[in-house]
Amino acid sequence: MAVPILKQGPFLIASIQAALTDTDVLRLQDDVMAQVGRYRSRGIVVDVTALDVMDSFVSRSLRGIAHMTRLRGAETVIVGIQPDVAFAMVQLGMNFEDVHTALDLEEGLAFLQAKLEPEPDASGG
Amino acid sequence: MADEVRVPIRSDADVVTARSEARSMGGGLGLSGTDLTLLATAISEVARNVTTYAGEGEVRLRVVADGARRGVEVVCADSGPGIADVELAMQDGYTTGNGLGLGLPGTRRLVDDFDLRTAPGEGTVIRLVKWSRA
Repeated sequence: MAVPILKQGPFLIASIQAALTDTDVLRLQDDVMAQVGRYRSRGIVVDVTALDVMDSFVSRSLRGIAHMTRLRGAETVIVGIQPDVAFAMVQLGMNFEDVHTALDLEEGLAFLQAKLEPEPDASGG
Repeated sequence: MADEVRVPIRSDADVVTARSEARSMGGGLGLSGTDLTLLATAISEVARNVTTYAGEGEVRLRVVADGARRGVEVVCADSGPGIADVELAMQDGYTTGNGLGLGLPGTRRLVDDFDLRTAPGEGTVIRLVKWSRA
């Protein structure tokens, strides 16, 4: 099943709805890369709340999306990793250190927004 | 609840089916949510090796008992090329950069029992068990 990708201002939101086959994951990778170019997106949120398993293939693929979009000038943040899934990923030995993560969609968008905005002026002017 | 379920593994969609069958079997035995996730992740790893390297195979799920404990036994079998260097396959490639990248060392950490039988040209059989905590 294809993962719907919504455009929200300068960001894309990919909301995974159900368990992904490897084919679905590869398609998500292609779709995100295509839409980053089409919409000149500055950031991507991938919401994995619905995933009950993040095995090595899914983890590597999401990491791949984060690295590839960064090369195109857009930051990716993975949101909604469930507690049991996080536990399994650590046991499995998945390295997610260089990937931005956030608790949920709201936190993920706030993270991207903060990256986009210039530092607040200290003088208040 | 069936005591034994066989899931043919021919495509990546079958991997998802095997995972969800194991979840429902383990849920019936009272395995915790965390244990069900660890088991499903382990099945994903071994079943993917079947579609990637052997083309096709089978996952057999069975309820096993040991005294008061009960568990889900997973036998993932294929008649593919087998693994020539088991020692290398069991090295943790994610941390050392060595290993074959089959995900087997990580998979072993997800389950309670892990046995691997393989020989070049004779396929691979991996047996996993996740036991209930009670």
